[in-house]
Amino acid sequence: METQIVMEQRKRIHPAKFTLWVGIGSIVMMFAGLTSAYIVKRSQPSWVSLNEIPRIFWYSTLVILASSVTMQMALRSFKQRERPQYRRLILITGLLGALFIMMQWFGFKAIWASGTTFAGAGAGQFLYIIAGLHALHVLAGIIALIIMSFRAFSTKRRNYNPVPVEVMSTYWHFVDILWLYLLVFFMMLT
Amino acid sequence: MSNEATVHGHSEVTTHEVHHDDHHGHHHQDTFITKYIFSQDHKMIGKQFLITGIVWAIIGGLFSVLFRLQLGFPDQSFPILEDLLGSKWAAGGKIQPEFYYALVTMHGTVLVFFVLTAGLSGTFANLLIPLQIGARDMASPFMNMLSYWFFFLASIVMISSLFVQTGPASGGWTSYPPLSALGDASEGSKAGMDLWLVSMALFVVSSLLGGLNYIATILNMRTKGMTMTRLPLTIWALFFTAVLGVLSFPVLFSGFILLLFDRHAGTSFYLSDIFLASTQKPLPNEGGSAILYQHLFWFLGHPEVYIILLPAMGMASEILSTNSRKPIFGYMAMIASLFAICVLAFLVWAHHMFVTGLNPFLGSFFVLLTLLIAVPSAIKVFNWLTTIWRGNIRFTPGMLFALGFISMFISGGLTGIFLGNSTLDIHLHDTMFVIAHFHIVMGVASFFGMFAGVYHWFPKMFGRYLNNTLAYIHFWITLVGAYLIFWPMHYEGLAGMPRRYLDVSGWVSFNQFDGLNRFISIVSIIVFAVQLLFVFNFFYSIFKGRRVKTPNPWGSNTLEWTTPINPGHGNWEGEIPEVHRWAYDYGKDGRDFIPQTEPVSATESKH
Ligand code: HEM
Ligand SMILES: [Cu+2]
Repeated sequence: METQIVMEQRKRIHPAKFTLWVGIGSIVMMFAGLTSAYIVKRSQPSWVSLNEIPRIFWYSTLVILASSVTMQMALRSFKQRERPQYRRLILITGLLGALFIMMQWFGFKAIWASGTTFAGAGAGQFLYIIAGLHALHVLAGIIALIIMSFRAFSTKRRNYNPVPVEVMSTYWHFVDILWLYLLVFFMMLT
Repeated sequence: MSNEATVHGHSEVTTHEVHHDDHHGHHHQDTFITKYIFSQDHKMIGKQFLITGIVWAIIGGLFSVLFRLQLGFPDQSFPILEDLLGSKWAAGGKIQPEFYYALVTMHGTVLVFFVLTAGLSGTFANLLIPLQIGARDMASPFMNMLSYWFFFLASIVMISSLFVQTGPASGGWTSYPPLSALGDASEGSKAGMDLWLVSMALFVVSSLLGGLNYIATILNMRTKGMTMTRLPLTIWALFFTAVLGVLSFPVLFSGFILLLFDRHAGTSFYLSDIFLASTQKPLPNEGGSAILYQHLFWFLGHPEVYIILLPAMGMASEILSTNSRKPIFGYMAMIASLFAICVLAFLVWAHHMFVTGLNPFLGSFFVLLTLLIAVPSAIKVFNWLTTIWRGNIRFTPGMLFALGFISMFISGGLTGIFLGNSTLDIHLHDTMFVIAHFHIVMGVASFFGMFAGVYHWFPKMFGRYLNNTLAYIHFWITLVGAYLIFWPMHYEGLAGMPRRYLDVSGWVSFNQFDGLNRFISIVSIIVFAVQLLFVFNFFYSIFKGRRVKTPNPWGSNTLEWTTPINPGHGNWEGEIPEVHRWAYDYGKDGRDFIPQTEPVSATESKH
């Protein structure tokens, strides 16, 4: 029903993509709120900083970077109508995302084991929350990828419309860059 | 679903889609469920927001009547309250302290968020954006529907918190820690507080889904010829409202997350060095700062007050111009001042924190920025007054409420200037003066904007008129009553009477206000009753009101009046009309009004 409704509209940038960009702006604000809370707290007495960032966060960074590459390749093969290739690549992207979350989890465990629990209000507690929220955003991306792969495997619908894939890849690159920002942030401030 | 349907019109798409279910078009038969409940029609979603908002307004208003009973008659008891509310909350017919705080908190939360944010923006952004920009629906009707349903869920959770054993949240609408972080600190900090946080989180999601959609729709879905500078001011106002929401609600959300961790995971973001009187125990938490929460809260909190006000400003502009039969004065200045208000709204939050030990040097910057807001505000007031100046005014109920809006905005804005000075605020902070300030400038003013909007667009929503006689009664009693209620509170505040206190009769210096407090309480009961009259008028007129006979009953220029009297999903039956001019050609070249759809003729004078 919405089909005809919307098709007559003149559009500049596709509304779905535009909506995503505004949504990204609002996610950025959330992390900006948390990271500025971090900065404010850091300058106050009794701040406890982290001794070091577990190594595994470096590897997880590589993993999520790689997943961005596979996402980009998926988008390309979708546009070139190489469906099997596309399917494989979004699955790989999703798996890499899941791997990323697992590695973050191990990173948290390492920090926890070194004695930084939820008690207190220092770098460690902020890291749990900020990186945890980031992981939730990756998880949301994985769920979206799963839905897309179901669509890709369904034979009933043959869809060559690139917009959902483009939206997906923009979001995925965004969570990737967000993680890079957070990592640099933690590195500079611990 | 809807998202992918959108792409049909997209130029770079090469589609061979095998869509079976997308071609019903307008002959599609809606069931009751798809039409009234899980509707994706923006007009229906707008009505859902409005009606939910009305229900909330009744509940929230009733709370205030209850606590005004306590404030006006602290030494009397009302046995009927015990019968109605039970002996826990109103033992012996007296409102118990815990219950009083719960009432104050819920009143604030409900009116600020559920009524004046969701009920106001939700209603009019949904109704007006597609209709006034010339779109068949929102950018994503599905997300729009979700936005309502998240609001509904938030409502259910908030309502349910009223019925838990320990009562709803009761730490004030701002929920400052440590009170809100420590379950042992008060009854209301227990389960009620968790439900409050969950409900508010759902509410944030609802606002974001709505806001994203409003922005995307306004920027991308305007009809041919509808340039940004031809948009009615309602749309500009709703646009800035959405921008404010999308940028500030996530920060509130992050504040809530930290609060939840402090409550349940043992972190101490907001907690440090606390000895709890109720358990006689020192708490282990160290290193936290309660002020951090205030920063995060007011970074939203201040924009939030403008989220509430801007839609009212936009609707007032539109209604004033239409009913004065004159173009809006200073259209571009109106947009510029909306923009300035938006920018400044993010730079003044610490004026709520002058007495938290904020560095006075820093405070002086916040004073300056706060007082700067008076400039765009004054521009807007000046333009409204100039718009109606020598106009051919038609005193429709909508117009009256728009005029009342200006009056309230001026009165309340002036007291803001007192509060914005940090030195004066040391005395005035947390007194009834603040209550008077923000109820007049935000509460009543925005309610007036909302009423103006309801009276003005009711014919578009339901194809019928509201009853005028009831509307006039509603207007005059509300206007006079609102001033009678809130004006005296300034005097109480100047004398130092604190807000949120259960009973001030222990201070001899406040005894002089006993009569005044009784008076305020009685007037609030009357005003509340008159609002019920409005509610009656609203529901009665949906079914029995006088029918609208012409598509453009107010002689208005904007696009919503070019749709059929009862528009279906999709709004226009034929093609979407093209726009050729701005929305304010009233009284031009000897013509009463020229709709936006009329091409500019060669002989027409320039404006
Ligand atoms: C010239 C314009 C204004 C100035 C200078 C101003 C200044 C202030 C200041 C300094 C406070 C803090 C008082 C205190 O807690 O001690 C305050 C409170 C408040 N203002 Fe305004 N204000 C202005 C306009 C507005 C407008 C337009 C709105 C809403 C639409 C508004 C809504 C509020 C609210 C809701 C509070 C109280 C929040 C609370 O503590 O519960 N103000 N204002
Ligand atoms: Cu403020």
